[in-house]
Amino acid sequence: MSILILCDHENGQLSPVTLNAVSAASQIGGEMHILVAGDQTGNVVKAAASIAGIAKVLVADDKSLANGLAENLAPLMQSLSGGYSHMMATATTTGKNVMPRLAALLDVMQISDIIKIDDANTFQRPIYAGNALSTVSSNEAIKVITVRGTAFEAAAAEGGNATIEPVAGASDAGLSAYVKSELSSSKRPELTSAPIVISGGRGMQDGANFAMLEKIADKLGAAVGASRAAVDAGFVPNDYQVGQTGKVVAPDLYVAVGISGAIQHLAGMKDSKVIVAINKDDEAPIFQVADYGLVADLFDAVPALEKELG
Amino acid sequence: MKVLVPVKRVIDYNVKVRVKADQSGVELANVKMAMNPFDEIAVEQALRLREAGTADEVIAVSIGPAQNQETIRTALAMGADRGIHIEAPHDIEPLAVAKLLKAVVAQENPGIVLVGKQAIDDDCNQTGQMLAALLGWAQGTFASALEIAGDKAKVIREVDGGLEHIEINMPAIVTVDLRLNEPRYASLPNIMKAKKKPLDSLTAGDLGVDIAPRLTIVKVEEPAARAAGIKVGDVQELVSKLKNEAKVI
Ligand SMILES: Cc1cc2nc3c(=O)[nH]c(=O)nc-3n(C[C@H](O)[C@H](O)[C@H](O)COP(=O)(O)OP(=O)(O)OC[C@H]3O[C@@H](n4cnc5c(N)ncnc54)[C@H](O)[C@@H]3O)c2cc1C
Ligand SMILES: Nc1ncnc2c1ncn2[C@@H]1O[C@H](COP(=O)(O)O)[C@@H](O)[C@H]1O
Repeated sequence: MSILILCDHENGQLSPVTLNAVSAASQIGGEMHILVAGDQTGNVVKAAASIAGIAKVLVADDKSLANGLAENLAPLMQSLSGGYSHMMATATTTGKNVMPRLAALLDVMQISDIIKIDDANTFQRPIYAGNALSTVSSNEAIKVITVRGTAFEAAAAEGGNATIEPVAGASDAGLSAYVKSELSSSKRPELTSAPIVISGGRGMQDGANFAMLEKIADKLGAAVGASRAAVDAGFVPNDYQVGQTGKVVAPDLYVAVGISGAIQHLAGMKDSKVIVAINKDDEAPIFQVADYGLVADLFDAVPALEKELG
Repeated sequence: MKVLVPVKRVIDYNVKVRVKADQSGVELANVKMAMNPFDEIAVEQALRLREAGTADEVIAVSIGPAQNQETIRTALAMGADRGIHIEAPHDIEPLAVAKLLKAVVAQENPGIVLVGKQAIDDDCNQTGQMLAALLGWAQGTFASALEIAGDKAKVIREVDGGLEHIEINMPAIVTVDLRLNEPRYASLPNIMKAKKKPLDSLTAGDLGVDIAPRLTIVKVEEPAARAAGIKVGDVQELVSKLKNEAKVI
């Protein structure tokens, strides 16, 4: 058995969530390789080779791979598939974009967003916004898998000493072109790996009021998230959305402010260790999952909370 | 240009699903069903393309049991021109769906296929990307904006870091995200009119596609419930609990 893991990286840095995919792969057993595909990947390759447990880093460094276009990356991965029993990626927007395209090229059914590994062929994954957990087994020659990062501990970033092997065969399929990105810049920790997350919902009333949450986030070293309603209303950008169809987070502490607790929102945060809800409606469903509920008007409670934190 | 829109019939997003006692799946009997919400967004976008003169026909296709014809009727009531129903089991997998859609594309030659980013029942997020692979077409996934000009489409994608702009060749597969548009409601007269719109019915066999499942469902379980929490009286109590009891700050 051997496993190829697609390395998630951004702006020349290895994304920490790659380490969670590596730890998932290590539960399957067998030799683990990482594919670093991109343009000018030097730093990422170095970081990937240091991850504990990785035997080999495959490096596909080519202009056509600069922006992770699935039309270019999937055929390259297909050409590398010989000999692998599993091909895995994180369930990030990069993994979700490319892996199903790879699976179809290989004529295999993908297993999306796994949260538990029973054995090399059997995996658990949430369905219906996490209201049910499905265990599926696959007899496909190659198991194409995406991994939910929050469900697996991170592998050690140091201690490995993998061999590095360039791979050829990258080319531009000529179907798509990257134009530009509008990335949210923030000095706060990244949402999916932050130890504390404070999210606002429709109850925040407008985007300017998110400044109240940001002040608290800065005191606690937290990331700021949001419900779909807050994103749809334009209070905050799309990448803040936590939920079934947004990001999945599982921090030590999740604070939901002015969020009702629809199942689609709960799907993205109910595996947090401690949940706090601040809502003026004492019947809001968010209180059913909250360890600590505070029934209050957020416009009183949030400034008071900031003061209390000192 | 024709636009093809695959529409899936799923449990309504407001329903709290129940796992069956024998762990074989979730309870579907007597449960309110609806069009997958992302597919409503896809239908809406197709109609807007037709209204803008970019497209001239909108075809809704649904794969599943006979009841899926209701979902197609919903798309027709929103304004789609005609429907195609492909008879298949309810729990058909994305790879098989993609193969059936490829066969429909071969018959209909659409200029674009607008697919939901994710079905809210299986939460797979695969079908559009798979269809793009099988056709060798470009894919614009998780689209929050779409602009078609000649043989190119500009797509703005919702990605983890924010937004990404790409340009893709047509014909293309675009998978739609929540912010692309707000779908219209079907008016009563349009619901009546939809009953007379053409709806063809086919089988997987007619299309020569093998739809046998590749994955075996071992069991479907309820997730562990969270232990009940407490209500705190004020912010002071909250902070004290977080510091001294939960020890998270
Ligand atoms: C296909 C689909 C996908 C979806 N995906 C997601 C997803 O990924 N993530 C997600 O979050 N949602 C998602 N949703 C939407 C979800 O169903 C809910 O509509 C959404 O989560 C509601 O957001 P909210 O709680 O902020 O707003 P609301 O439900 O309107 O709740 C606002 C809350 O704020 C409280 N409030 C108002 N004013 C105050 C105040 N002054 N002080 C204190 N409390 C106050 C109210 O009591 C209320 O409980 C999805 C829906 C669909 C159909
Ligand atoms: N049985 C089906 N019939 C029609 N369209 C489907 C079907 N299954 C999936 N789709 C389409 O594929 C999208 C993504 O589904 P999935 O890959 O299952 O998450 C859906 O939003 C639909 O547009």
